[in-house]
Amino acid sequence: MDQSNQQKVGQISGAEIIMRCLHEEKVKFVFGYPGGAVLHIYDALFKQKDFKHILVRHEQAAVHAADAFSRATGEVGVALVTSGPGATNAVTGIATAYMDSIPMVVISGQVPTAAIGMDAFQEVDMVGVTRPCVKHNFLIKDVRDIAMTMKKAFYIAASGRPGPVVVDIPKDITAEFAEYNYPKSVEMRSYTPVIKGHSGQIKKAVKILLDAKRPMIYSGGGLVLGDASNELVKLARTLGYPVTNTLMGLGGYPATDKQNLGMLGMHGTYEANNAMQECDVLLAVGARFDDRVIGNPEHFLSVPRTIIHIDVDPSSISKRVKVDVPIVGHVQSVLSEMNELLASESKKPDASALKSWWARIDDWRTKKSLSYDDSSTSIIKPQYVIEKLWEVTKGDAYVTSDVGQHQMWAAQYYKFDKPRRWINSGGLGTMGVGLPYAMGCQLADPKAQVACVTGEGSIQMNIQELSTCKQFHLPIKVILLNNRYLGMVRQWQEFFYENRYSESYMDSLPDFVKLAESYGHVGMDIEKPADVEGALKEAFAMKDRFVFMNFLTDQKENVFPMIPNGKGLSEMILGSDPNKDDAANEIEG
Amino acid sequence: MKHIISLLMENEAGALSRVAGLFSARGYNIESLTVAPTEDATLSRMTIVTSGSDDVIEQIIKQLNKLVDVVKVLDLNDGRHIERELMLVKVKATGALRDEMKRISDIFRGRIIDVADGSYTIELTGSGSKLDAFLEALDKTVILETVRTGASGIGRGDRILKV
Ligand SMILES: Cc1ncc(C[n+]2csc(CCOP(=O)(O)OP(=O)(O)O)c2C)c(N)n1
Ligand SMILES: [Mg+2]
Repeated sequence: MDQSNQQKVGQISGAEIIMRCLHEEKVKFVFGYPGGAVLHIYDALFKQKDFKHILVRHEQAAVHAADAFSRATGEVGVALVTSGPGATNAVTGIATAYMDSIPMVVISGQVPTAAIGMDAFQEVDMVGVTRPCVKHNFLIKDVRDIAMTMKKAFYIAASGRPGPVVVDIPKDITAEFAEYNYPKSVEMRSYTPVIKGHSGQIKKAVKILLDAKRPMIYSGGGLVLGDASNELVKLARTLGYPVTNTLMGLGGYPATDKQNLGMLGMHGTYEANNAMQECDVLLAVGARFDDRVIGNPEHFLSVPRTIIHIDVDPSSISKRVKVDVPIVGHVQSVLSEMNELLASESKKPDASALKSWWARIDDWRTKKSLSYDDSSTSIIKPQYVIEKLWEVTKGDAYVTSDVGQHQMWAAQYYKFDKPRRWINSGGLGTMGVGLPYAMGCQLADPKAQVACVTGEGSIQMNIQELSTCKQFHLPIKVILLNNRYLGMVRQWQEFFYENRYSESYMDSLPDFVKLAESYGHVGMDIEKPADVEGALKEAFAMKDRFVFMNFLTDQKENVFPMIPNGKGLSEMILGSDPNKDDAANEIEG
Repeated sequence: MKHIISLLMENEAGALSRVAGLFSARGYNIESLTVAPTEDATLSRMTIVTSGSDDVIEQIIKQLNKLVDVVKVLDLNDGRHIERELMLVKVKATGALRDEMKRISDIFRGRIIDVADGSYTIELTGSGSKLDAFLEALDKTVILETVRTGASGIGRGDRILKV
């Protein structure tokens, strides 16, 4: 019989083993919420001082905050939830992290081993529920397996293409005893991520790049996750080639650099999208040609170009677009190798071809596709708020966003010069991430300016976290672009459903200033363009206060440029187009 | 095109559901899937029969390799291989049919493994298409029940899938 429920000399409980593992992994914060199945763990947590527990107000927010902590620092985020409803509440957060490849370990309590499968109180098959949205998951069945499983969980989460790992632990196992030995390293015959790229392929890529007439560099979230920003900057500057970043890749290449053409994709700039379409050589780095980025793949492939694709995940290569030179490897390692090759290469890029290519790009730039009508003195334009936010924070804030029009405006008008500063849900597009994301960033960098750009729809999806922000003194600034609409939904209804605004008006909004005040925060209403800058300065001057800024913005404003669904990169509708709304209808019809 | 994919994976609880889940989540076809432990008790071997364009098969292989528990994946169609499936068929065997069923079974090298008053149970192994051909050779009305294992596959000669 198993004697593991009687403590012997040298043994500690499963719950204590978990604490030791977290200590070993140098975890600084655990975001969580207690409940029956994790009571032993919370008791062990009470007795330790290695990390701080952040008590959120909803498990979804715990996972989002852990996810943002990881996005901001590159470390593995950790969340802890109870079984059943605690676990299912965490699922949206896990799926969000999975879609953006964020390394995270989520520990969920489970009913006692003997009760599994009995429809016990607060039982849910967490391993089954999360299987499609985790990199991997574990159900621990023996107290002696905890340490090894935790080691594997952290290793799997952070290596290769990162992602969330769930560790589900039945309650009885956290009370049983075992000796504690944390493995120094793990080796798994079934899991061996590639780091170095194939040197023959890298040589070939450099040669193709140097032969290019109309080159383009396109980088995504993989560049940021792989901490390869410096390597990309070096490469792009050596070659003098234009660069565009995806929504997930913003900050990977400095936005204020003259070689940066801005974001590409559905709401990308005219110059970035056209250069993507017309280039003859495309270097894709840690990006995956997804539907919101290249639009219709057939349209994209209707012109010939040579594509080089660097990615740590072989399954991302040639998934939507067939590539010519695949390079599987860690982006940082591959780019460094390319830089070394370029340094020893006597051949230089074709200067005259490059000159005419840049002339063409500069011509596209004269379209000023991000211009907007800022003539009104009575109605605040949302774009203007973001421009001022950038100025007031000197471009150095962590900016988190929710999902909707405000997200696109934040991405378009805040010029990110550093990676890991733009924190948003690109893949899953989860409304409600903004505030918990800001919490994760502020805890990661307590002195930094943290702005949460949000909409009145999104902020209400995790508004309860105002309480957590109070408890932990997080001086976040909420920038609510309040258009009284689920604006992105309204925009599509305007374009594609003849203005039938079905359920997209946000009625019965709370008084956000009073709401913020009731949680002990500062609230501000800003209603005039002339007040925007002053209010932002005032708010950011309150370095130790959480400020909720409610900007009443133009209800009718839409996000431009826009590539309608199913259209190609060069088939954008621009904001300056006088028939932009009809244009959208025509395209859909 | 039809492909037979062989894979070795850690013999862990839930391993099968990871593979099955991958196929359903990404909308890949599964014609059949068989799994059993190998001579090394820590490993399971799976044979999946699927179909799709070359691009889809390439993605399937990559996605399977991406599963953390999967140790090795081999597309048997990349080389010479053998495919075998076992089928049990219960057929009507009354009057003249008794001889008739025995004769067809012999032609296909089947074995009658159970004899009852009104029926025979025939055991047959071979490639999927041979088993199909056997069923086609029978009059539909004589077939009482069939059960097939799904294909197992192995490379010819020194093509070996092992850790
Ligand atoms: C959880 C969730 N539900 C629904 C959606 C669909 N959706 C995308 S944008 C949007 C509107 C967001 O409204 P708001 O937060 O006010 O932002 P705005 O677009 O007005 O800036 C909706 C409902 C989503 N992305 N996430
Ligand atoms: Mg809104």
